Amino acid sequence: MPDRFVPGDPVRAGTCDPTGHTRLPRYVRGAVGQVAEVAGHHPLADDRARGLPGTVQAVYHVRFAAVDLFGAGDHTVTVELWEDYLEPTTDHQDKEAP
Amino acid sequence: MSGDHSSAAIAERVRHVEALLEERGLLDDGEIDRRIDEFLAGGSPANGARITAHAWVDADFRERLLADANAAIRELGLSMAGGLQEQRLKVVANTASEHHVVVCTLCSCYPIALLGPSPAWYKSEAYRSRVVRDPRGVLREFGLELPADTRITVWDASAESRYMVVPRRPEGTEGMSEAELAGLVTRKGLIGTAAV
Repeated sequence: MPDRFVPGDPVRAGTCDPTGHTRLPRYVRGAVGQVAEVAGHHPLADDRARGLPGTVQAVYHVRFAAVDLFGAGDHTVTVELWEDYLEPTTDHQDKEAP
Repeated sequence: MSGDHSSAAIAERVRHVEALLEERGLLDDGEIDRRIDEFLAGGSPANGARITAHAWVDADFRERLLADANAAIRELGLSMAGGLQEQRLKVVANTASEHHVVVCTLCSCYPIALLGPSPAWYKSEAYRSRVVRDPRGVLREFGLELPADTRITVWDASAESRYMVVPRRPEGTEGMSEAELAGLVTRKGLIGTAAV
């Protein structure tokens, strides 16, 4: 299956809070960032932690502005996120939506 | 929660499971210790220092290193394939305008082959939670004061890749050999919590 995102795409990190293991850090949930690079293809960590084989999918370096994560800061944080953690977003501005 | 790194209870369970596996012939005596020793063998910050010094003296190598680190370090006889599978390595280089620093907020992912076992502070909840939020303040506590206009990029190594920082080459080192240059590079420099 082709990768869903390419570098430059704005993406929103999912907000689900699974009961088991996940590699979606809490501090990026719901935040909008930008795909910086494809960081390889791997089965979803959440599935593997449950003993499932997991579908192999793209893992991306996603860059977030600190201000979008913490409300302050002039740095960026680049987080590695599986494709299933991300959803497309049309407009970086929609992070401002209520 | 992965904040508690106390190992007594888990160590007891591991020993028990190990004994059962050995008893049933699924593991040889001492096989786990041997595999761990093999994994750690050769893992040392000297490897990261050697990569850095080579990148300082060879601009083409630096370019290859930043584009495909796994392939580039093989040129120096190094590899990220010491574990069960080769891990992807991402190398980033500090410049006058941008400083990189690495953390694993979810646990303690770290390029053991190139840096050796990780320092205790890298695994501490304080470092892991604070450096993503206030890297400039945390770096200041490490004694690294960055100019106000230096951009800071934090890399959260909490998934499949491992990261290494190439620090900036210090001024006044033009006459030094590659081995002497490698001697300047510290483990903290390779994580991004020191200038070199």
